[in-house]
Amino acid sequence: MNPEELLEIAERIVGWGRDGEQIEAVVGHSQETDVRVYEGEIESLSVAESQGVGIRVIADSRQGFAHAGTLDTDVLEETLAEARDNAVFGSPDEFFGLVEPDGVDPPVLDLYNEALLGFGTEAKIDLALELERAVLAGDSRIVGVESADYGDALSADAIATTTGIRSTGRDTSCYVTAYSLASEGEETQTGFGFSVGREPGTLDVAVAANDAVERATRMLGAAQPPSERVTVVLDPFVTAQFLGIIGSTLSGEAVLKGRSLFADRLGDQVAAAGVTLVDDPTNPEAFTASDADGEGLATRRNQLIGGGQLERFLHNSYTGRRSGSASTGSAVRGYASTPGVGCQALSLVPGDRPPSELIAGIDNGVLVQGVSGLHSGVNPVSGDFSTGAEGLRIRNGELAEPVREITIASTLQRMLLDVAAVGSDLTWLPMSSAGVSLVVAEVTMSGA
Amino acid sequence: MIDESVVAGTLSEALKTGGEFAEVFVEDRRSSSALLDDGKVEELSSGRTRGAGIRVVVGDTTGFAHTSDLTEAGLAKAARAAASAARGGGGGHQVAALGRVDAPAPNDVEVLPETVAKATKVELLGRADEAARAAGSAITQVSARYADGRRRILVANSDGLLAGDDQVRTRFAVSCVAVGDTGMQTGFESVGRPIGFELFDEYEVDALARTAANRALTKLAAQPAPSGSMPVVIGPGGGGVLFHEACGHGLEADLVAKQASVFRDRVGKQVAHPEVTLIDDGTMAREWGAYAIDDEGRPAQRNVLIENGVLTDYMWDLLRARKEGRESSGNGRRQSYQHLPMVRMTNTYLANGTEDPANIIAATDRGVYVAHLGGGQVNTATGDFVFGMSEAYLIENGEIGPPIREGNLIGNGPEVLTGIEALGNDFAMGSPGTCGKDGQGVPVGDGTPTLRVASMTIGGTAA
Repeated sequence: MNPEELLEIAERIVGWGRDGEQIEAVVGHSQETDVRVYEGEIESLSVAESQGVGIRVIADSRQGFAHAGTLDTDVLEETLAEARDNAVFGSPDEFFGLVEPDGVDPPVLDLYNEALLGFGTEAKIDLALELERAVLAGDSRIVGVESADYGDALSADAIATTTGIRSTGRDTSCYVTAYSLASEGEETQTGFGFSVGREPGTLDVAVAANDAVERATRMLGAAQPPSERVTVVLDPFVTAQFLGIIGSTLSGEAVLKGRSLFADRLGDQVAAAGVTLVDDPTNPEAFTASDADGEGLATRRNQLIGGGQLERFLHNSYTGRRSGSASTGSAVRGYASTPGVGCQALSLVPGDRPPSELIAGIDNGVLVQGVSGLHSGVNPVSGDFSTGAEGLRIRNGELAEPVREITIASTLQRMLLDVAAVGSDLTWLPMSSAGVSLVVAEVTMSGA
Repeated sequence: MIDESVVAGTLSEALKTGGEFAEVFVEDRRSSSALLDDGKVEELSSGRTRGAGIRVVVGDTTGFAHTSDLTEAGLAKAARAAASAARGGGGGHQVAALGRVDAPAPNDVEVLPETVAKATKVELLGRADEAARAAGSAITQVSARYADGRRRILVANSDGLLAGDDQVRTRFAVSCVAVGDTGMQTGFESVGRPIGFELFDEYEVDALARTAANRALTKLAAQPAPSGSMPVVIGPGGGGVLFHEACGHGLEADLVAKQASVFRDRVGKQVAHPEVTLIDDGTMAREWGAYAIDDEGRPAQRNVLIENGVLTDYMWDLLRARKEGRESSGNGRRQSYQHLPMVRMTNTYLANGTEDPANIIAATDRGVYVAHLGGGQVNTATGDFVFGMSEAYLIENGEIGPPIREGNLIGNGPEVLTGIEALGNDFAMGSPGTCGKDGQGVPVGDGTPTLRVASMTIGGTAA
C-alpha cells in the first residue's frame, strides 16, 4: 500500500472522533523478502506483507491506546473503541495532549529507491549465494558459514491527528549479512559482516565477506589476559552500541522521571573537550534518517553535547510540554506503542586522525572489536557498565595478539570524561547511532 | 479459528507446485497491559493480531509466507507465495487426512484475564507503587507493569497433523530507582506464569514491590565489584539463566548441525560434573516456558539433556528431526505467525543436588555470591558467555558480605559445566524470561539449586 492509502485510513479513524476527544492514528505497512542460504542451497525464502494500526485517544486529560495487526474496517472500529475504553482507566495528567503542527518544514530526503522494486527474487538469492561463496573463499581457515542472508523491506506509514498533523513517509532498505566460522586445531571462532543500502546496487558483498572472514580469523589463538587498567580503542561498531546507551540517558523522559544520571547537568562539562554528540535524522547519510518523527513532526538536528558540554535533552510533545519547552522532533515508536523519546541518528563529530594513527600513539592497550552482554551489563540509570569483550592487544603502538574472555568496566560518566580521541572514520550503521573509533583511557579490563 | 476444510484446501494449494511438506500455522493473539510510572497510571494498552504463516518444504529449502488475511482466498495466495519460493520438487505429494489430536495443557487457567475488569488490574499498580515507596525514603521512582496475553494457535500439516492450543500468560513487574550519596541505583522484580488472573492469589504485588525496592536500596551501599577470576556461588533460582546461556543454546540441534556449537559430537560423553543433570521441560505446570503443543503442533516434552554429567541428547524441531529420521522433541517454537519456527528452549533447569546450601557458602573462602542474574548472551560456537549480576555480594571467609555494584560475569560453557563443584538441595525456579534467538523472542523459564563454580571472571572495576 502507498502512503496516501495509509493516510486515508488514518484520516478515516480520526474522523470518528467525538467532541472533547483527541485522536491520533498511526498506520503502517511493509513488504519484506528474506533469503537465507546454506551450503550453496536456499535454506529459506520468506515473502511477507504486514500492516498495522495504533490508535491513541486523549480525553479528560487521560490517555488510552490500542493497536491491531490488520486494517479491516471492523478491526479499526474495535481498536478505537478499545483505546477509548482504556483512556477511562488512566490517571489524569495535564500535560497529555497530541502535538500540533509547529511550522518546521520536514527535510527533503531520498529514502525510497524504486530500483529495489525491480530487483527479482533470483537476483536476491544470487546475492546471498555470492556472499556465502566469498566468505568461504576468503581464508583457508574459514570452515563454514552459519548463515548468509539477503533481506529487503519496503515500508510506508502515515500519521493523522485531530490536531491537524498529517504526515506520510516511505522508504526502502536492503542488506546482506553473513556469520562465519573459522577453525584452527580444536579452536573455533566466529565473525560477521554486513552491508546495507536503500537498493541492492549499493550493497557491497566484498566488504561484508571481508569483515566476516577478518572478524573470525583474527580471533584464532586468542587467550585470556590478566586483569589490568588499560587504554582501549573501541571499534566503530562497538562505539555505536555505547552511543546508543548514552543517548538513552539524554532522553527528556528519563530526565523528567528521575532516571537520568545527567538530569541536573545541563551546561556542565560532562565529557572530554573533543566530544560533540549530535542526533541528526535529517542527515541523508544515516541509515535511520527520517523526515518526520513518531508524532508526525519534522525531524531536526539536535546537538546534545558540544565540546564536552551538555547542551540539551531530547523531547517528544509530552516531555517537551512538561519540561516547559517543546518537542525536539524526537518521538520514536512503532504502530504498536505510544511515542517514547529517543535518538534517531546519533553520531559523534569525527576527529582528524584515522584509527591507525590513534593506535600508533598507544603503548599498552586493547583494540576492542566486539562486546557482548552490553544490555545486561550497563545500567543506564546508575551509569555502571561492565561488558564482555574481545579484541587485539596494542603494544608499543602496534596491534599484537588476540584476547578473549575479558570484560571492560567503568561508568558512563567516567568514560565520557576519559575520551582521549575520536577517530576520523565515521561510519553509518544499520542502527540509530553511527560508528567511529574512540580512544578511552583508564578502563578496567578483567581477565584471569 | 478456521474451518478445517479451508485448512486442508490451503495445504493442497501449497503442495501444488511440487512441495514435499506443507504447514499452516494460524495465530490469534490478544494482549493487554497497564503501566504505572512516576506515580501515575500512564497508559492502558490493548493489542490484537491474527494471521497465518505457511511454509512449504522441498529438500533442504523452505518457502515461507504469511498473511493477516484469513479468508480462503487470502490463505491460498499466501500458500502460492510460499510454494513459489520452494519450487522444483518432484511433486505428487498429497495432503494426508487431517486428524485432530490435542495435547493436554500443562495446567488449568482459572480466571481468564479478559474477564477481569480493567479497574481491578489498575488497582494492582497503585498498590505496588505505594508499597515500593514505603520501603524507604530513598526510593525516588517506581514503575509497575501488568500484562496479560492470550494466544490461540492452530497448526496443520500435510502429514495429517491438526492440533491447537490456547495459551494464556499473566505477568507483573516492578522496577524502582533509589538515590543515595553514591548516586542512583535500580532494583527490579517480576513474576509470571502461564495462568490467568489467579497469579495474584499466589503473589502479593506489595511483596513484589518491596523486593524490587530493597534490591535498589541494598545497592546504594554496594561497593565496586571485584575484577578477575574467582569462585562464584549462585543462589537458588538465581542462576538458571547461566545454564540457559552456557549450555542450553549449544544443545539446540539447528546450531549443532551447522557446526556452530561447542557441544557437537559430544553426545554420550562426560561434559559436566557427575552430579549435574540438565533438563528442558515444556510440560512443567505453571512455569513460564510451558505449553501443550509447540508451534509445529508437537506436544511438549520433558527432555533430559545432560544426565549425571553425560550429554544425552540435543533439542529438536520438526525439520531438523526429519532430516535425522527421528521425532521432534517438542522444541519447535516461533515468536508469531510472521516467523519461521526453530529449535528453542522451554523451561531449562539444573536438577537438585544434595548439599546444604549453607555449607556451600561456608566452604567458600573468597568469592562472589550471586543472588539474582540479569540477562545474558552466548556465542554457541565458542561457548563463551556473559551475563549481568543484578544482585550480588562478596563472600569473605565463608560468609556473605557486603553487596557489590552491577557488573558482568563471563565464562565458557563447557568449562563452567566441568567447574561445578557443589550443588545444593534447595532447587527453585527463577524469574520469567524472554529468550532471543535470530531476532525472535519467546517466553522461557529456568531454575537451579544453590551451586558453586570453581572459577568465573567477574568484570568489576575494583582491584
